[in-house]
Amino acid sequence: MKKYWSFFKMRLMAGLQYRAAALAGMSTQFVWGSMEILLYRAFWLEAPERFPMGMEALSSYIWLQQAFLTLFALWNWETDILESVKTGSVSYELLRPTDIYSMWMARSIASRLARASLRMVPVLVISGLIPAPYGLRLMVSPVVFGLFLLSMALMVLVVCAYSLLVYALTFYLTDPNGIMVLSVAAADLLGGAVVPLPFLPEGLRKFAALTPFGSMQNVPLRIFSGDIPPAEIPGVMGLQAFWIVTLILAGYLLTRNGLRRAVILGG
Amino acid sequence: MIEMKGICKTYRVRRREAGLGNALKSLVSRDYTEIPALQSMTFTVPDGQILGYIGPNGAGKSTTIKILSGILRPDGGTCTVDGLTPWEDRKRHVARLGVVFGQRSQLWWDVPVMESLELLRDIYRVPEGTFRENLDRLTALLDLDGLLKTPARMLSLGQRMRCEIAAALIHGPQVLFLDEPTIGLDAVSKLKVREFILEQNRLCGTTVLLTTHDMQDIDALCSRVLLIGKGRLLLDGDTAQIRAMAGENLSTEESVADLYRRFGI
Repeated sequence: MKKYWSFFKMRLMAGLQYRAAALAGMSTQFVWGSMEILLYRAFWLEAPERFPMGMEALSSYIWLQQAFLTLFALWNWETDILESVKTGSVSYELLRPTDIYSMWMARSIASRLARASLRMVPVLVISGLIPAPYGLRLMVSPVVFGLFLLSMALMVLVVCAYSLLVYALTFYLTDPNGIMVLSVAAADLLGGAVVPLPFLPEGLRKFAALTPFGSMQNVPLRIFSGDIPPAEIPGVMGLQAFWIVTLILAGYLLTRNGLRRAVILGG
Repeated sequence: MIEMKGICKTYRVRRREAGLGNALKSLVSRDYTEIPALQSMTFTVPDGQILGYIGPNGAGKSTTIKILSGILRPDGGTCTVDGLTPWEDRKRHVARLGVVFGQRSQLWWDVPVMESLELLRDIYRVPEGTFRENLDRLTALLDLDGLLKTPARMLSLGQRMRCEIAAALIHGPQVLFLDEPTIGLDAVSKLKVREFILEQNRLCGTTVLLTTHDMQDIDALCSRVLLIGKGRLLLDGDTAQIRAMAGENLSTEESVADLYRRFGI
């Protein structure tokens, strides 16, 4: 276990050195968040009673999404893992007495945390200062807030397990780009990245919530903004746990089998 | 002790003629050619030997190293390194093994070398005392003093290669594979690397398998040389024997070139 922890620590430290990227990303997220809120505001002022979420809840959803963008976003792939599988140089990882899937997992979680940890603080602080109903507000009870933190952790695992599944599929494909583009598009729509799920039509919304993408940012963001009734939270988090187990199992088996193939075919 | 007995490896390569018609045809049926990389390779390396493994490009040197390191599974034959079959007992085998591939880096690119070494310490579960000891020795022998705090990407090739070697040896492996460790190095760095390999072998009794195209490496280091071509073992001897076979006062380099021609490889 210690070696995965060390790997995690190193990745985290390495990630912290990209200051310029963090700064640029942060300002983008500010502008993006403000524009989105302005856009929704226009609709909201038009017909507040037809809005599926309160404006305050929606603003909190958007600011939190911007603050943790690099943690949530599926497009935040680990390009060196992909590259190593594509070129076959992944077999050199076999020179270490470690389990490759676990190492990939440690690495993915760490780089997401590293990227997010630099960016989130200013976005959280400043958006908290924006007047209601356009700023970030904590509107739920401490218990629900605790559940929110837990579902954040589950969300990171869902996203990472899904990414690892894509890396593992790369063993069997000449080029993983197709599946990556499709995954990102699906996650954008079904995961509540483009618009929060409550804004989608009934049928699509129900379907989206059941997919692995619906267990990504959708869950913690809506728990935080009070959009999921507390009674339903355990069920939603149970679904997250289900996807974690399923995705990890599939990814692990595919990786094991893919490596065996790589070992047979040659690097 | 490294034992290889009758190891065979054939690569299957897909190929088709150029042109659209043939591209369409290959959608339906694919042609494969079999390329034999190793044909019944057999040799034994006793503990503590420095063995040179030479042959022209495509002879099967890297394939051998990959099989011995457990990252490639042969089609047939048996192979053990100190009693372990590399591709079967991978984790136990690689824990006792150090590998340097001259053409690729195993240091983490963005972080100071020291952090790579500390991570390797945890990956290989090297006790802190042993780690310090190895580190001090490697730092002194390889002249790493100023380098450990520098990110790997900012090192020159020579500096990086010294760090690579340190990374391969930090866990005190009994067996060391060096795949073209002096490629692209200047004279000073080459000498330093060679000197270090000898020293490591003398002090720790490390078994070293070295592939190279640089015959001066072979002259300086190896008590024994295996010459391979087209996946077969052609000659097993020392540099004196190679020179004797070529005759006429040639350098090792010229003798080897002469042998390549003579064996038609």
